Amino acid sequence: MSDFVNEFWNWYVIITVLVSVLGCAALLWVQSTATFTAGKTCGHVWDETLEEYNNPMPKWWSWMFYITVVFSLVYLALYPGLGKFPGLFGWSSVGQYKVEVEKVDAQIKPLFDKYLKMDLKAVAADKDAMEMGKRLYLTYCMQCHGSDARGSKGFPNLADNDWLYGGEPEQIIETIANGRNGMMPAYGGNEEAVGGAAGAKEVAHYVRSLSGLPGDSLLVAKGKEKFAAACAACHGADGTGMQAMGAPNLTDKIWLYGGSEKTIIETITNGRQNKMPAWLDFLGEGKVHVLSAYVYGLAAAGDKK
Amino acid sequence: MSETQSNYNYKVVRQFAVMTVIWGIVGMTVGVFIAAQLVWPDMTHGISFLSYGRLRPLHTNAVIFAFGGCALFATSYWCVQRTCHARLFSAPLAAFTFWGWQAVIVLAAVTLPLGMTQGKEYAELEWPIDILITLVWVSYAIVFFGTIAKRTVSHIYVANWFFGGFILAVALLHLVNSCAIPVSLVPFKSYSCFAGSQDAMIQWWYGHNAVGFFLTAGFLGMMYYFVPKQAGRPVYSYRLSVVHFWALIFTYMWAGPHHLHYTALPDWTQSVGMIFSLILLAPSWGGMINGIMTLQGAWHKLRDDPILKFLITSLSFYGMSTFEGPMMAIKTVNALSHYTDWTVGHVHSGALGWVAMVSIGSIYYLLPKLFGKQEMHSVKLITVHFWVATIGVVLYISSMWIAGVMQGLMWRAVNADGTLTYSFVEAVKGSYPFWTIRFVGGLLFLSGMFIMAYNMFKTMAGGNTADAPVLAAAGHHA
Repeated sequence: MSDFVNEFWNWYVIITVLVSVLGCAALLWVQSTATFTAGKTCGHVWDETLEEYNNPMPKWWSWMFYITVVFSLVYLALYPGLGKFPGLFGWSSVGQYKVEVEKVDAQIKPLFDKYLKMDLKAVAADKDAMEMGKRLYLTYCMQCHGSDARGSKGFPNLADNDWLYGGEPEQIIETIANGRNGMMPAYGGNEEAVGGAAGAKEVAHYVRSLSGLPGDSLLVAKGKEKFAAACAACHGADGTGMQAMGAPNLTDKIWLYGGSEKTIIETITNGRQNKMPAWLDFLGEGKVHVLSAYVYGLAAAGDKK
Repeated sequence: MSETQSNYNYKVVRQFAVMTVIWGIVGMTVGVFIAAQLVWPDMTHGISFLSYGRLRPLHTNAVIFAFGGCALFATSYWCVQRTCHARLFSAPLAAFTFWGWQAVIVLAAVTLPLGMTQGKEYAELEWPIDILITLVWVSYAIVFFGTIAKRTVSHIYVANWFFGGFILAVALLHLVNSCAIPVSLVPFKSYSCFAGSQDAMIQWWYGHNAVGFFLTAGFLGMMYYFVPKQAGRPVYSYRLSVVHFWALIFTYMWAGPHHLHYTALPDWTQSVGMIFSLILLAPSWGGMINGIMTLQGAWHKLRDDPILKFLITSLSFYGMSTFEGPMMAIKTVNALSHYTDWTVGHVHSGALGWVAMVSIGSIYYLLPKLFGKQEMHSVKLITVHFWVATIGVVLYISSMWIAGVMQGLMWRAVNADGTLTYSFVEAVKGSYPFWTIRFVGGLLFLSGMFIMAYNMFKTMAGGNTADAPVLAAAGHHA
């Protein structure tokens, strides 16, 4: 255990704890030997009426006190508590955790192994697997993507068929297993090309027009030129995006951060940073596979609607 | 001895007593408000300074330090003069503690909703306010111990041991846990001197001792004066008070790690925190026994004395929550109860049942005496207050117990495939009915405080605020 830089602190803890526990019992013991005159006061009076009886302490209470002290000493013998001494049971919280995880892992491994061998689309068609996927989703994913999987600002909707990084099985697995880093640079990385605040507004009008939203035609025209210079490299000349880079399609009326003029100007001006965490280490291959199938199935179900 | 030295200083007691009721209403109103937010989450339409995260620390600070703090100042100043048979030491310094403490409360009420916080539970206030607290607290210690020093009786009454222990320990706790490096004045901002699990350990060493000393030792001092006074009976056992006093203040200091079970805190630290929490059961119950057994031979007084009802009921809640606390400190129980509403229920059985009820009883005892009346304007209204408050507490804690155990069980339920049986939202959904009952319980308790305020203002009207003469100490072995 690395909690102690040297032996001194180890013994400091052991001695202080033992002396303190035993000190509680000693206090009770010594005070129990006082002379009691039950039903008579100690002879002092404060504020006209305040007095104290010289009654002994209730026996059951003293016994309760001693029992807690004895319990504590037994506990310290069995469990960690006295400095480096690990206790006769050799218990540790990390050890308990590992044992529990191993037990559960051994129990569920065959379940997930079965699906790991199957094609993702087949897993997505399996009712039991989708039930498991849903439970995994509700444990690990809904905090960001929502319990209905429709996402919220900055967190993609998984129930539609719009994909930032692609909706093919291997792409979904890649996203969940290794995570993604979304990065929109401020002014598309080229402030001069955009032309500062005035330019950002023009580009915003053009971007909105790509999705068929109303805008000032003059601003749209100016924005189009600037889009070609600063934005097209990632979002494509036609604004349909590029899944290899996670650059969103701007023509589909689906907005990760919002499609108002103000929000788009904010996106252009300040850029956006986003992160999907990597889950492979935490969940393992089997759970990632079933979860990916569930997400694939969500979009497929969304498609039908 | 000058003319003023021959009278007790009632003015500062009166000020603190009245503000106890006022801050009680304010703090509990905020509590009811945030309880409502849990039932109706969109109630405040995203207004930042009305958000739950900003108001929750305002609620805890207002009820603990404004309501509880004023009650402790009022009762300790009353008790220490009366049982030392000497006027309170230094009237100007006592006045400074009153105005300084009110300033701390007002600053808290402004800065917390603005989001200025140290982020440490029950120690949220930022560094400039922390400095003011330190000044007030040092003055408090000088006034209190100065009065002890000039006492005209040889023995120090047991209530004063508890008040004294509370004042010293809170000074120590505040100075260590609030140790921070200031980085800006506008807005108030600082960074803690500690980091990582050390920071967590110091925070909960503080946090649990805030409960142990601010909310327990100080209020036990209150109990040791007002229970025997109101019952007209001697304290049950002097020796029991000696043992439970020393055992209580000693063991509380060790119990903090039970707030950090199954965390990055080393296992040995968690174990030590757990065993001392268990040992703490007997010293805590010592106070309850000494209070309740004081009524031996005077049980009939409970029937028609609502002040005694408040005091004795508070001791029952004290006994209940100090049994519950050690049980929840056991690791395996904590694994179920931690992070659930069970903790919230436990805290409120202590805070409403014990702390608030013993304060309310004591303030009802004090008010007529401070305003030259024989008794409160309406004794009947005290009885009404008692029943409204008791029903409120019972609704509050039983709903939180059920919700807490339910949450704990739902969170740990696992399917055969290793996934969780319930998502977090399902536990939230299941908690709604209980959160509604809790809101009603809190509302009832708050209504009781309004009844008290009405009764108080009626008692104050036309009152005589003259100080009473210092009583000569009774001869020894009288």
